[in-house]
Amino acid sequence: MTNSGTFQVLRPSGAFWLTAGIAAALALMGLAGAHHMETEGHYVTGMNNRVVWGLPHVFAVFLIVTASGALNIASISSVFGQALYKPFARISGLLAMALLIGGLTVLVLDLGRPDRLIIAMTYYNFKSIFAWNIFLYTGFLAVIAVYLWMMFEPRMNRLTRPAGTASFIWRLVLTTGTGLIFGVLIAREALGTLVFVPMFIAMSLSFGTAVTLLAILLVFRLSQAPVGDEILIRLRTLLAYFVIAVGCLVAVDHLTRLYVAGHTEVETFLLMEGGIYPLFFWAGQVLLGTVIPVILLLASRSGGVLKTVIASALVLLGAFAQLYVLIIGGQAFPMDIFPGYTESSSYYDGVVAGYTPSFPEFALGLGGIGLAALIVLVAARVLPFVPQVSVKQPAG
Amino acid sequence: MRQQSEQVSATPRRRFFTQAGAGVALLALAPGVRLAELAVAASDDEPVTDAHRWGLWVDTSRCASGCDACVSACNDEHGLTGMGRPETDAQWIRKVDLKDETTGREVSLPLMCQHCEDPPCVDVCPTGASFRREDGIVLVDKHICIGCRYCMLACPFHARSFIHEDLSGQKTYSPRGKGTVEGCTFCVHRVDEGRTPACVEACADAGHHALVFGDLNDGEGPLAKALASAESDELRSDLKLNTAVRYSGV
Repeated sequence: MTNSGTFQVLRPSGAFWLTAGIAAALALMGLAGAHHMETEGHYVTGMNNRVVWGLPHVFAVFLIVTASGALNIASISSVFGQALYKPFARISGLLAMALLIGGLTVLVLDLGRPDRLIIAMTYYNFKSIFAWNIFLYTGFLAVIAVYLWMMFEPRMNRLTRPAGTASFIWRLVLTTGTGLIFGVLIAREALGTLVFVPMFIAMSLSFGTAVTLLAILLVFRLSQAPVGDEILIRLRTLLAYFVIAVGCLVAVDHLTRLYVAGHTEVETFLLMEGGIYPLFFWAGQVLLGTVIPVILLLASRSGGVLKTVIASALVLLGAFAQLYVLIIGGQAFPMDIFPGYTESSSYYDGVVAGYTPSFPEFALGLGGIGLAALIVLVAARVLPFVPQVSVKQPAG
Repeated sequence: MRQQSEQVSATPRRRFFTQAGAGVALLALAPGVRLAELAVAASDDEPVTDAHRWGLWVDTSRCASGCDACVSACNDEHGLTGMGRPETDAQWIRKVDLKDETTGREVSLPLMCQHCEDPPCVDVCPTGASFRREDGIVLVDKHICIGCRYCMLACPFHARSFIHEDLSGQKTYSPRGKGTVEGCTFCVHRVDEGRTPACVEACADAGHHALVFGDLNDGEGPLAKALASAESDELRSDLKLNTAVRYSGV
């Protein structure tokens, strides 16, 4: 593993303080949003008794899924022995931790009773996939902390590979757990499928790689260390394949429901008649999040920072569109409690549930991203996460 | 004369022993009487057993469209007052109007927590706040509910509500609070006193008798007899949840 001597801390500069300031402002805005939601009650959000998980959950799931994928670079370096990726392994581990903390913060601050966090940590129902996830998340942070220690401490470098392998296995289980949160909801026609397990793993690989690319470009720009073309080209190709993998699994998910008689109604809703959901699916997830980035990523094998930034940002835009359709669209479609009957009631039975996101919940979600960015910047400021020299060639 | 004097002298002595004996007996029995009282009072703390499984039969042929006596009774019993925001106001029981898509037949029925034997809400709850009593009543422990709403996502009947804002005027027997999830309790406070849920009582008072509450385990009870006399089914029977609420006519 790379010797710690070849790494440096981020030097404070105008760009550093500006970036950190924006991240801190977002985090504070998120806290203010959460405070408003908790003091007034959730009626100030767009969430209601039918759409119980809203924008905060889209952001939280995005951050959590992305966190496990952000570890890709470190895994490729330590587990699969690719020396080219070693200079980026530390920042990859840091990103994974920061994104997870950001996502969990959003999730916790959206709870009806965030003051009862200690209860969530002391009372467990071990049949609940949610309870397993609490262990998977906290365990992930611990495993990566150890992994980073192995990378930072020269005397421990020999243990980097086993620690990396443990982290890699842990992250696969973690994303399985995240997919299962939605996969076990058997009563919901648009959810409740085990295709979500491989799909969430593919999503984490795709979103995580896109975020890592953007983060590396940003942090290296702040540290004025150039990122080599070779690593960019390799990561871009990898990202393209991950995006295609997600697209295939999404197609499988929709096609299986379209094939099964009686489930076509939910597909008509998600793909054609559901208003914002088909729009987000076709324009957001398929066109902007899949087709255009894949073309951008694969069309040219040369370097190019701008192309990489645009493609990665589009993949992330598609990620939000996908999670919005999956989480909110999945709840908006009415459950068929009485097959063969049309239903009407004062509790919105039989009709598509309404959901209009409010600013406080949007602020909370953005706050999670701000917090993750702030953690990365502060950690990179105090500990040597960034390579000291040009990283065109494997350092150390 | 001697006999007389003996009788005279024996009377106060006998009275003394009688009274002393009674006193001793009282002293001996009093703690027992007190203990017996405590034993009765302590029965509330005894664990609920699976000797009973409380259930409800909804005879939709008797349920009148437009009548919401059960809903009003539930709201009164548990202090559910709306805030004028129907999307976020709590509803523990609601009237659903159905129309058969093929025949056009119309049915009206109340829908509430179905008190499943295998409740998905209990499976998914991370803290165990969502739980099922041994007698089949599915409840939320408001002290350990963290307000994650995962149970609401898992419930196949939209039977639960989340408290979206501050409340006041809660009933002592029906704890509720902002930031937690709640739903029909089968009026557990009444059931534990040997009474029937408020909705059942209101339906009978309105003259409809569409709701029959009772013990599914009691083969001779009114519920078992009612269920034996008419065809009935559980909602979403495909999910195999073995609900405690059964419907006839849908």
